[in-house]
Amino acid sequence: MAIREDVIVIGGGLAGSVAAIEAAETGASVRLVSYKKSTLRHASGLIDVLGYTGDDPVADPFAALDELSEDHPYSIAGESAIRDGLARFDEITGEMYQGSHTDANALVPTFGGAVKPTARYPTAAAAGIASDERPMLVVGFKEMTEYNAEMLADHLEAAGVPFDVDGVECRFPGEYVNDSRVTRFAKRLEINENVDYEGQLLGAREALAEEVKPHLGNAERVGFPAFLGDDHSEQVRTDLERHLGVDVFEIPMGPPSYPGIRLADRLKAAVDEAGVRMSVGNPVVDYEAEDGALQSVTVDSKGREVPYHAEEFILATGGLVGKGISSSREDGVSEPIFDCHVPHPEDRYEWFDEQAFGDQPFAHFGVVVDETMRVLDADDSPEFENLRAAGGVIGGADTVAEKSQSGVSLATAVVAGEQAGKQAAKHKVSQ
Amino acid sequence: MSDAQQPSDFDTTSLDEFEPVDIFPSSEDMDLRPGADNCYKCTSCDTSCPVAEVDEDFPGPKFQGPEQWRLKRHEDADIDDSILSCSNCMRCDDACPSSVPLSQMHNTARGEYVEEHMNKLSREYLRNRMLSNYRTLASIGSKIPRISNFFMGFGPTSYIGAKLMGMPTERDMPQFATETFRQWFKKRGGSKVSNPDKQVAYFHGCYSNYNTPEVGKAMVRVFESFGYEVLVPKQQCSGTPMFANGMLKDARREAEVNVRELGKAIENGADIIASCTSCSMALRQEYPELFDMDGVEELSEHTYEAMEFLRIHEDLHGAIQESEVDPQAFAYHAPCHARNQGLDRQAVELFRELDGANIEDVGESCSGISGTYGWKSEKYETSMKIGAEMFDHMEHAEGEVGMTECPTCAMQMNHGTGYEIRHPLELLEEAVA
Repeated sequence: MAIREDVIVIGGGLAGSVAAIEAAETGASVRLVSYKKSTLRHASGLIDVLGYTGDDPVADPFAALDELSEDHPYSIAGESAIRDGLARFDEITGEMYQGSHTDANALVPTFGGAVKPTARYPTAAAAGIASDERPMLVVGFKEMTEYNAEMLADHLEAAGVPFDVDGVECRFPGEYVNDSRVTRFAKRLEINENVDYEGQLLGAREALAEEVKPHLGNAERVGFPAFLGDDHSEQVRTDLERHLGVDVFEIPMGPPSYPGIRLADRLKAAVDEAGVRMSVGNPVVDYEAEDGALQSVTVDSKGREVPYHAEEFILATGGLVGKGISSSREDGVSEPIFDCHVPHPEDRYEWFDEQAFGDQPFAHFGVVVDETMRVLDADDSPEFENLRAAGGVIGGADTVAEKSQSGVSLATAVVAGEQAGKQAAKHKVSQ
Repeated sequence: MSDAQQPSDFDTTSLDEFEPVDIFPSSEDMDLRPGADNCYKCTSCDTSCPVAEVDEDFPGPKFQGPEQWRLKRHEDADIDDSILSCSNCMRCDDACPSSVPLSQMHNTARGEYVEEHMNKLSREYLRNRMLSNYRTLASIGSKIPRISNFFMGFGPTSYIGAKLMGMPTERDMPQFATETFRQWFKKRGGSKVSNPDKQVAYFHGCYSNYNTPEVGKAMVRVFESFGYEVLVPKQQCSGTPMFANGMLKDARREAEVNVRELGKAIENGADIIASCTSCSMALRQEYPELFDMDGVEELSEHTYEAMEFLRIHEDLHGAIQESEVDPQAFAYHAPCHARNQGLDRQAVELFRELDGANIEDVGESCSGISGTYGWKSEKYETSMKIGAEMFDHMEHAEGEVGMTECPTCAMQMNHGTGYEIRHPLELLEEAVA
């Protein structure tokens, strides 16, 4: 009986963290309960609000909101929620991120050589944006098979970027086995470990700069795969810039993704600074409810079930990849903790489109919410009077295809967090 | 189950008859296939691995787990010897968003490697066997604590011992207490509280019995102050160092005693309390994953870390808020195994509300010692490289006293900074007992 808070948030990704901070801002006592490491840690670290409608890139996400369907989370939460969400994000990340000066999308090159429309991008990626016309050199490493700089540069040119771009494959200074981990490169740079470079013992940062220098040509900025350090990435970048004499930036990549890891770390610190308590490592598996209101959620603590009590609950467990939504042949599509209503066709063959990049029905699966983010059942009544949702667990949009995942998380999280905090305060007064 | 279901046009009758391939016959017919299939290669495990980021030869947990499992399906592929470089910190378990049982795969693979491929007369095997059977060593050494301490601290003997056994000469051997916890408990006449309705059985493990009995004493006094009768059943090593060294037979031998003896206490209505987070990890997770024994599930369900138990069953929060201690500051490190039980925040969150105490979390990094890992000379450098981040953060923290639940993390913290290291139960004792 001893674990009790005003608000419990389930899920520790972008939506859960922001919802917890938002609720804590109302004065509520908040606990964040999360199970595994968030999928943020393998996301690009870019904060998209709306990148595409259909096949068309979006220049200004706010101008395109009218085109979205009624059941889109943005249509439910409203434009002000998106703005509040971004404002909260900007406050949390401070100097770490850029893009808040405009409503328009920035175009950021990614490691596949695509140019992605996004609302906020790490400061580490800032010198790489595609609207900048300075000539660019992209560096790749023979040790990293998943990333090829020459191909990346060719793709960027094919995409019609307004600058010259070259790619070069270097060797990462030091000895490595063939399939060395990206974390190993990052650590070397992070601690500036000494490496043998052409017969000399040099700090890893300087050695890397020496390796790249002969290929600089007329480039005024150099892009590296995004593993330039972890906690000290700014220092790593500054040192490389000093040695090379040009701007250095990171190109967001697939997993493992340091921009995602750094953002997850920053969010965790912000959650801590907001006074939110955290229980990480065990899953929520069940709940207790009375008269339509949740009393507690049940945490499976290595085989033992421990109740966590609260006045208000926020479900931020993610979508299909984050396992907030599950699917099986036998039981169809479901939300595994509270068994909330998830609209989906009975026939499994209607869950997907035969075109891989077609409009995939499964990508829209998720729970249904009202404008206060309360989760609704099949009759549009609240599943529980004190359960709200935020982030990827909410359905109604293919956030991956339209590049709106982070924006939806932020917008729904600020509404859910604020509403839960205010309601918890009301419960307290009435008690 | 995996997200990736079988294609729909499979003949389902043959699927029903599908028999999992037994890859690890020595490990009690464990079928790890569902776990391997759940891996979608997101690399969360690799980025959380403290060894992979400092050792370029270590291929990381994704290889050690699901990939090796698949490779092993071909008869000509043996377990790769890099499995011995895994420190069993179990961070990959905590990282995997898909619940792949990575540490179970590692424990099983390591067990098979040691059983089938390691020369039983090699220095490495003998050294690992000795390290993992620390309890046996300690039970002999602590019979003559002053003499043992003298010889282990004595330059020439410790040098020869280290050289002979392949242990790092840089580390100081842990000192034995002049009176073990069990001797103390017996001498004071057992528990001062008698309460058949509120009983807990203390799993002290090896270290708080032989080396830091003050932790055990604090546990007893704190629980007695909340009205609990504390029992101290017969017990062996939890098995943690044996899992980490692939000595699964030794671990099973110890587990049999623990499951039986602690099981009796559970039958009489007691819950099991551990003060070492690796001991509680073994009893809660590794036993049911690795051993098919009667009572193993009951033990898992009834085992708690000490502060966790009080947080759930008592108003520990309230008690802390009403208490006060002499002003003191701590640099707190959460052990990896505490992290995996969801306990990494509890000491910080509780003690920051205790008047007089200042506690700072020194961050998410691993201490690097991982039990016996840092006690091997060939792993010493890796261990210290992993620990460097924690040492650095400790030195930047306000407190000049360290705090952690894990005895070997404590050794490493002390070794890297020279700080005195205390257990949260000791501060809790000062606050509430």
